[in-house]
Amino acid sequence: MAVRTFIEAIRETLAQEMRRDASIILLGEDVGLKGGVFLATDGLQIEFGEERVIDTPLTESMIVGVSIGAAVNGLRPVAEIQFADFIFPAFNQIQSQAARMRYRTNNALGLPMTIRAPYGGGVHGALYHSQSVEAFFTHIPGIKVVVPSTPLDARGLLRSAIRDPDPVLFLEHKKLYRSVRGEVPDTDYVTPLGSAAITRAGTQVTVIAYGLMAHHALEAAARVDEEGISVEVIDLRTLRPLDTETVLNSVRKTGKCLIVHEDNRFGGYGAEIAALVAEEAFDYLDAPVTRIAGPDVPGVPYNHVLEDWFMVNPDKITSGIRRLAAY
Amino acid sequence: MDVSANQPNDLTAPAASAGLTRDDLVGLYRVMALGRALDERMWILNRSGRVAFVISGQGHEGAQAGITWALRPGEDWLAPYYRSITAVLRMGMTPREILLGSYARADDPSSGGRQMPNHYGHIGRKILSVSSPVASQVLHAVGIALAAKLRGTGEVVVTSTGEGSSNQGDVHEALNFAAIHHLPFIYVVENNGYAISVPSARELPVDDVASRAVAYGIPGVIVRGTDVLGCYIAAKEAVRRARAGEGPTLIEAKVERLTAHSSDDQQTRYRSEEEIAAHRALDPLPAFRGQLRAAGVLTDAAEAAMTAEIAAEVEDATRFAEAAADPVVEDVARWVFAEDWPGERPPAWGFGTGRD
Repeated sequence: MAVRTFIEAIRETLAQEMRRDASIILLGEDVGLKGGVFLATDGLQIEFGEERVIDTPLTESMIVGVSIGAAVNGLRPVAEIQFADFIFPAFNQIQSQAARMRYRTNNALGLPMTIRAPYGGGVHGALYHSQSVEAFFTHIPGIKVVVPSTPLDARGLLRSAIRDPDPVLFLEHKKLYRSVRGEVPDTDYVTPLGSAAITRAGTQVTVIAYGLMAHHALEAAARVDEEGISVEVIDLRTLRPLDTETVLNSVRKTGKCLIVHEDNRFGGYGAEIAALVAEEAFDYLDAPVTRIAGPDVPGVPYNHVLEDWFMVNPDKITSGIRRLAAY
Repeated sequence: MDVSANQPNDLTAPAASAGLTRDDLVGLYRVMALGRALDERMWILNRSGRVAFVISGQGHEGAQAGITWALRPGEDWLAPYYRSITAVLRMGMTPREILLGSYARADDPSSGGRQMPNHYGHIGRKILSVSSPVASQVLHAVGIALAAKLRGTGEVVVTSTGEGSSNQGDVHEALNFAAIHHLPFIYVVENNGYAISVPSARELPVDDVASRAVAYGIPGVIVRGTDVLGCYIAAKEAVRRARAGEGPTLIEAKVERLTAHSSDDQQTRYRSEEEIAAHRALDPLPAFRGQLRAAGVLTDAAEAAMTAEIAAEVEDATRFAEAAADPVVEDVARWVFAEDWPGERPPAWGFGTGRD
């Protein structure tokens, strides 16, 4: 058992998977000698060569489109979009192509490919280096969307994503890269896709979160525990396919549900969870299903006062829990 | 470079020097004639209410046959588009398989009846699935070529689009990357002068898409769709380059669109009857037939036998597809992923259709 940061877990897992399976290639902007702007691929081009770790032109549609073709013809590409904010030139390739290939060929052709994308704010990245993009992609049938929050899950989920027979969007919160450490077994374990984790057991309020917010939710739960409020925290880990049973079982137990995400609120991922709970657990609810989410402005502002205003933090979650507990 | 500027009167000698036998020449004509006959049948089926949609390859047969004749069916890849009927026939799809798609039957190898007709695909024959957002497959073809290079398979990958689609940003991204890595990739532009209704003068600031090749440091070759032999020779050189690791080639084939854009288009709204008639004079089928007959390659007897065979094949495919079973609703939610997922099942209240 070794202690690793979030990004060390990702880098080591990429290397281990590439040693295990010669069909895996990496492609993206600056992933080669530089090792990626966050160093997630540091040293991999030296170990695996320029043919398997490919510095691409600044062409996101190409990164995804060429990955699709490579997956068609026997490779297992892991593409890096340098910042999730830059993924939109590739939207057509993800939504109309990657996500539909198996369905539109009636299972004649699947695409084993992973798209890694650093997302999220709180890093002084402003409008174009801070965005949470998950809701655009969780809407699409045919692509799995994964958001790990710990080094342990980053490794286990990345292994599952790379080994999966279908396209996976793997979202990594930038603020977790070096701020979170954890024990990571040296074994070849995998964390299955589509499986949420109950990261804190409780009885009065269910808080559902993912990514950086899974940490903030735990911190908020610990704070209100001193006030006698028992909170159950669910780290979704995979947003699609959703682990509906873990969500519903918890809400049926607590009767109160708070959904937390950093992405802006309107039409956000939390709306789907709220709808699920309303449809499937209505008889168990003792309070309205509520959300704490980013405000509906077009992006995260740069100035630190403004950025702090934008970001969901443990304080905001704590007050949301208190209101719900008192309802 | 317009290699079709001076077409020979007698193609026997240049065909032989290009390595084509008399059987090759007859085979080229046969696949063109089959493509035309099948295409015409699809329109009849559409106009008689049997199939809901047709998007046609009429006028493109010479370019498609000539270019794909340089490939090895089943070994090289084709990422076609919706006018590629003759190309997919050459690469191994059968008339039955194509009409199963027109009828959207369960056994349609392209999509099991999920996609619109003429969205060809057959993975077993290395024909990639067509989608409707134009030129999106050009990047896939480059990715297939990247894998071919890294895996050392020796495969060559051809994709084709119209000249309207050639303006998409994905085409630039694809050619740029393919040229950087010297990939075994051939981009074919079938320039029929129209993007649905918009003439090429409103789509392109230059006369030839091929002139853009210089921006990628690759050859840009122009051929005419009536010059089937020229199309073959251009493709043969492109394939040689690809297999030798010299990188991609752009081939622009000047063709005519002999039908409306699709069965839902009324082309007389934007094309005059005179223009349509003038373009019919550039039909590659009678042009190539004339060359073959002049050279004594296509005799009366051989042509009569071929015509009868093709008619029988089209008739057989029609009867087969007409009688084939539709897909069933029980399977419609399958193959979103390789496996079914509990969280993707309809909830107790259903998908909102009231029937789950």
